Amino acid sequence: MDRNRILSNCIAGVCLAGMVFAVAGRNPARANTSSEPAATEVKIDNFTFAPGTITVAKGATVKWTNHDDIPHTVVSDDKSTFKSKALDTDDKFSYTFDKAGTYNYFCSIHPKMTAKVVVTE
Amino acid sequence: MSHNKKDEIQVDHNHDGIDRRGFLKCMAWAGTGTFCLIQGGVLKSYSLSRIGELDPAQMKGELSFAQISDSHMGFNKAANPDVVATFKAAIEKINALPHAPEFLLHTGDISHLAKPEEFDTVDQILKSAVTKDVFFVPGEHDFVGDDGKQYLERYGKGSKGSGWYSFDKKGVHFVGLVNVLDLKAGGLGTLGHDQLEWLEDDVKSLSASTPVVVFAHIPLWSIYPDWGWGTEDSAQALAYLKRFGSVTVLNGHIHQTMQKVEGNVTFHTAASTAFPQPQPGKADSPGPMKVPAEQLRNLLGVTDVNFVRGKHAVAIVDSKLSGANEATQQSNY
Repeated sequence: MDRNRILSNCIAGVCLAGMVFAVAGRNPARANTSSEPAATEVKIDNFTFAPGTITVAKGATVKWTNHDDIPHTVVSDDKSTFKSKALDTDDKFSYTFDKAGTYNYFCSIHPKMTAKVVVTE
Repeated sequence: MSHNKKDEIQVDHNHDGIDRRGFLKCMAWAGTGTFCLIQGGVLKSYSLSRIGELDPAQMKGELSFAQISDSHMGFNKAANPDVVATFKAAIEKINALPHAPEFLLHTGDISHLAKPEEFDTVDQILKSAVTKDVFFVPGEHDFVGDDGKQYLERYGKGSKGSGWYSFDKKGVHFVGLVNVLDLKAGGLGTLGHDQLEWLEDDVKSLSASTPVVVFAHIPLWSIYPDWGWGTEDSAQALAYLKRFGSVTVLNGHIHQTMQKVEGNVTFHTAASTAFPQPQPGKADSPGPMKVPAEQLRNLLGVTDVNFVRGKHAVAIVDSKLSGANEATQQSNY
């Protein structure tokens, strides 16, 4: 292994450590489970996604549960990245975010319901 | 109408706060449809829940039809566990009219989740209507999952685009519009460029004295945008109808009756046959409203009769069905 490669591996290691720290800072419950992406919950209640903005690490799975007595959907603004079927009361939808970025989404039945998922590296 | 002992729960078999009398009243309210009558080019509408109080002689005109809306077949939550019964009740009221209406209009949210069995149930119940001719426009619930594919297969024969169309009955031009397709994040109902172009063309050759009735699911007037109760590009549609002396716009979606007059255009929204929704901004969200039986009469206290005077200054006149001569000028908004 040459010197440059050792150096780049070190840098990568530092970056990785930095990322894990950042995630742990946001979500202490996940601090010791960095090897396994934990589901992150969004509740749909009273025509609102809560939390309205959720920040997760790349690879995390976000799970939505509809607690309203009216159906809702979870649809990315581009209508293609993710799109749930109609979720009736207590129905769930999950999506795993493999790429970093900001994902705005809404309920296609009640388009005034908007929220976002921020996915960090 | 005064609150009296009859309104109170007398027998509560299931300990759920609802006695049979209360339930029937709930049905009377939730099962509301609208009976519309054109007399001299003027549209009057009557709440079906009080149609029995009306003198049959008043109910003759060139054309009559009934509007039903938001049957939400498949809904089974606390606000109304039996939407089949309340939808049937609405049809029974139509069947009980002294003169059968020419046709029925269903202004959308036929189904709750666009499931085939939900549409089947509605179709089956509609077979019991004395009036066989039914015109539909879709609600956003009917387009869930497949952007309206199934709806169009069932109800869209002869329609254009996502299901819009027009027809003429006895000199009145009816236009069914679709404003529930391709809703955008944060947005309201949308008609879209293609449909607006079609509408402009559709009404172009009509004489200005032709009464025009436009029906669509989401209100074509801005009732409460925070809850999505409006249509982004409705102003463009209404601009094409500006030259007509009498324009009536019939909508559903908000599960309560409301009226508004703007120039020559009178807007109405119909009650749902399934469940009530709160008044704009009067709750945290527009979710189904659970109504105690004793409140239902208050909710019924909205305009039942409307007159639209074509060509002249348009007014809505509100007459109580129990006292038909008592007419008052009214403008809610």
